[in-house]
Amino acid sequence: MAVGELTGRRRGGPPGEPRRIGYLYLLPALGVYGLFLLFPLLHSGWLSLFDWDGLTLGHWSGLANYRALLRTNGAGAAFGHVAVLAVFFAVLPVSVGLVVATALHRTRVRGLPFFRTALFLPQVLAMVVVAVAWQRIFAPDGVLNQVLRAVGLGSLTRAWLGDSATALFAVGIVGTWVQTGLAVVLFLGGIGKISSELFDAARLDGAGAAGEFHAVVLPALRGEIGVALTLTVIAALRTFDLVYMMTPLGGPGGSTTVPAYEIYQRAFLGGQVGVAAAIGVVITVVALAVTFLITRITGRER
Amino acid sequence: MRTPSPVALSVIGVLAVGLLSACTPGANSAAHRPTDRPAADVRTDVAAMGQVTLTVWDQEVRGGQDKQISTLNQRFHDRYPNVTINRISRSFDDLRNTVKLALTGNEPPDVVQVNNGKQDMGAFVRAGLLTPLDGYAEAYRWTGRFPESVRRLASYPDTGDSLGEGKLYGVQQTGELVGIYYNRAKLAQLGLTPPKTWEELDTALAKAHDAGQLPIQLGNLDKAAGAYLFSFAMHRFEDPATQTALATGRAGASWLTDPNRAAARQVLDWVARGYLTPGFAGLKGDDSWAAFAKGDGVFHIDGTWLMPDLREAMGDSVGFLLPPGRPGGPTVTGGTGLPWAVSGKTRNPDAAAAYLDFITSADAMKVIADNGNLPVVNTTDQSVTGLQRQVFDAWRQASTTPALVPYLDYATQNAYEVVTGSVEQLMSRQLDVDTFLGQLQADLDASHGGR
Repeated sequence: MAVGELTGRRRGGPPGEPRRIGYLYLLPALGVYGLFLLFPLLHSGWLSLFDWDGLTLGHWSGLANYRALLRTNGAGAAFGHVAVLAVFFAVLPVSVGLVVATALHRTRVRGLPFFRTALFLPQVLAMVVVAVAWQRIFAPDGVLNQVLRAVGLGSLTRAWLGDSATALFAVGIVGTWVQTGLAVVLFLGGIGKISSELFDAARLDGAGAAGEFHAVVLPALRGEIGVALTLTVIAALRTFDLVYMMTPLGGPGGSTTVPAYEIYQRAFLGGQVGVAAAIGVVITVVALAVTFLITRITGRER
Repeated sequence: MRTPSPVALSVIGVLAVGLLSACTPGANSAAHRPTDRPAADVRTDVAAMGQVTLTVWDQEVRGGQDKQISTLNQRFHDRYPNVTINRISRSFDDLRNTVKLALTGNEPPDVVQVNNGKQDMGAFVRAGLLTPLDGYAEAYRWTGRFPESVRRLASYPDTGDSLGEGKLYGVQQTGELVGIYYNRAKLAQLGLTPPKTWEELDTALAKAHDAGQLPIQLGNLDKAAGAYLFSFAMHRFEDPATQTALATGRAGASWLTDPNRAAARQVLDWVARGYLTPGFAGLKGDDSWAAFAKGDGVFHIDGTWLMPDLREAMGDSVGFLLPPGRPGGPTVTGGTGLPWAVSGKTRNPDAAAAYLDFITSADAMKVIADNGNLPVVNTTDQSVTGLQRQVFDAWRQASTTPALVPYLDYATQNAYEVVTGSVEQLMSRQLDVDTFLGQLQADLDASHGGR
């Protein structure tokens, strides 16, 4: 390409169309993005086609790693667990967040900034800290069991994180606790932007709290709901630290393995780099598909 | 944009070239395995080696460990000012996760502590990333310094798959045993003496339980304690040779034997009788020994790496025992601290070997003992008392007999996950005894049948 073409006057193209030189300004960002994101992504895709232990020469194996993912129940279970976690990390926080945000907005609570900060706080904490704190709550002699005993429900006490029936739900509840704050803050911002005339109109029409929520709040928050769902679903898909810290080695009976844990275990410890890369590619594709779906449902035709 | 801009095209081009150049993964791994240098070629005169910088990766980060390494490094540099030690220390997990990338890189550390097992040291040996040390062992007379049982725990054949055979790839500084810690005050209260036989242990556990005491303090959330407990139960029924074969994953070794069934039933029996901490499945290992140190529990089955912590927390009220003996003497699970190995790509193998020799010398063992840890040899030379003396004597007794059985997780690539996970499921009664042993056998078979 000729340098003159880039620096010279633009030729042709409809008016308002950005000049080609514009791309030059994108170049540094694209370079960084390509080097640290696109290249590793493509490289992972490439590695996923090999049978490689990370040390010796790899062998081309085509799609065998992907077929192995379908066959072995370990990887399948991990994706099943992450689907459960998605309910706790995304669906519950968004639902609870909608209710809490609407309630906070309607009742005009005193000290709203305080509550907003308190709800958002879990987002600011490092996941490792969150994990250690909740580990204590769920411990055999932890706060949860103490409370249960105090209210006469001693028969319900158990080793929450050490029981394969409850470990995944225990981790999920922590996810809900963490993500709800994000949803509430997003939704409060969204509700604040709704013109008060809309609320007045709804009230004049005799709408109650539920009607107002349905007719005014929900439609107006479509965009925010989309953003919240996207962020929380992706958080669920890539969750690792919480699960790894709270339930080491895949949890009781392997009941809390997640894809990110399988990647770590296989790539760093098990010497199966190809399979690990394949799981990574699958998560990426799933994340893209889910976010695409969410934006299609919530983002478009208002 | 309607047509791809030349800029975008060139970026895509650069990416494609980058991708192709990365080509087959592992293509730039060691082309030839490092050769074993005969003892006659080994230079041991460090002062004559010129200016050398040794990069050393270790995982000795906790209190006493950190101090013993910095002390030894300082002394080495004082004696040989021409050698500079560039020490990089990280926690065990961090070291384990990064050492593979480091050893395959272009600037690997000269000396590195490598975790034993097929997935770590064995895999590195197979890939030709470590220097065999037999020539150095002869030159420095390590064969006299370390008993055979210790050298075996750093020896691998070229295939890397069976620990205990082939060439020597590392030297060790410390020993490790999984034995019984007991609370002296509680035992005395119950009118008991430290149990010498399995029957005495049975009686002691029953008596503690009847007296309303917690017999065995155990926390298995991180799943290590369960595997130690099962290995401990195996000592009662299985002979040490068979257990070693299973622990190191020898072809033909079988899990589905009556002694192993008895061991699994023993663990289930302890669970059923309520001898273990209530809710042990949800209790962290660290919280468990801390509870034992505070007086919750008569016995605690754990490794000698807790010696400094328990001694500090409990003083003279804690004691240490080897597992009770079988007719042929006690079997005990144990091994050594992480072996110190030499990278296959180092430019200064002689200086690296001299460093290994220095940090495992008799003087070094004294430094280790003085810092509260268990030196792998020369334990009798150390003037220590109380718990430390008991642990040192137990190690001296165990490390010189074939009854020192390796950890069960050396068996296969995935053994750590499989063994700890299966024992956890056994203890929560998700698996019956035969399914449990079948799961261990399947992993062993897969490692021999597959790659």
